Amino acid sequence: MEFEVFDLGLTGFEEALRFQKELFSRVKAGALNGALVLCSHHPVITTGRRAKAGAILVSDIELERRGIPVYQTERGGEVTYHGPGQLTLYPVINLGRLKKDIRYFLRELEGSAIDMLSELGIKGSRRGRLTGVWVEGRKVASIGIAVRNWITFHGMSINIKKDDLSNFRLIRPCGMDIRMTSVETVSGRSIDMAQVGAMLTDGLKKRFSTVN
Amino acid sequence: MTNVILPELGEGIIKATISYWYFKEGDKVNEKDDLVELATDKATFNLPSPCAGVLSQIAFKEGDEVNVGEVLAAIE
Repeated sequence: MEFEVFDLGLTGFEEALRFQKELFSRVKAGALNGALVLCSHHPVITTGRRAKAGAILVSDIELERRGIPVYQTERGGEVTYHGPGQLTLYPVINLGRLKKDIRYFLRELEGSAIDMLSELGIKGSRRGRLTGVWVEGRKVASIGIAVRNWITFHGMSINIKKDDLSNFRLIRPCGMDIRMTSVETVSGRSIDMAQVGAMLTDGLKKRFSTVN
Repeated sequence: MTNVILPELGEGIIKATISYWYFKEGDKVNEKDDLVELATDKATFNLPSPCAGVLSQIAFKEGDEVNVGEVLAAIE
């Protein structure tokens, strides 16, 4: 199944979510096959439906001082951080036309990140029953999605830049004591976000062209 | 009476948690109205009403876990 790609660059979280919902309506109406939104965000903390009290480790005042807003969202999962050093992918895909299987879709997102890492010479892997991608025991990609009428939104964020990890200390990512890493940290070199975005886009195009 | 059943959601997904009911018992619903939002580990999803009628019974409350194939609600 083909999808259109929208590269928004550095975008506010709310703006990107509004855009996804517009795309969602177009996909639902049959006016658009599917879409992939690529962007990064100004620092923001978001919570999913599973977020528990205490997942954010600092006070509202401290977050305000740092200029980091918190958004409660309709996605699955717990709490996460997004920032300018991350590449965030929001696929708006009609699983009704692909495969009505939420687990399949999550595995394909993880698979696209693992393939991208492999192209960069990095071994990424899944970890047991947990969703996401790990490198050397640290998490590099996080996933939380919403599905309405079998059309997806929200998605996956991948830590790319090594200098945008410290804000994860403000939260318990995914409600667990997880240590985060970035593609730059594990590769030991500078990584171009646009290049990674192109690799992930190609990977997802291949993955969604046929159903396994 | 039409039963609203938790459908197959994907390989290996055997249950989901009710996050939110959009209606309460006794409410009138239209076909395709979102009845309930459910959540698995990393995904939320909606269940639309299979028909128009009155939501006569809600079998699980918000926060409850439901198995695939179980009846969530009834519409008369």
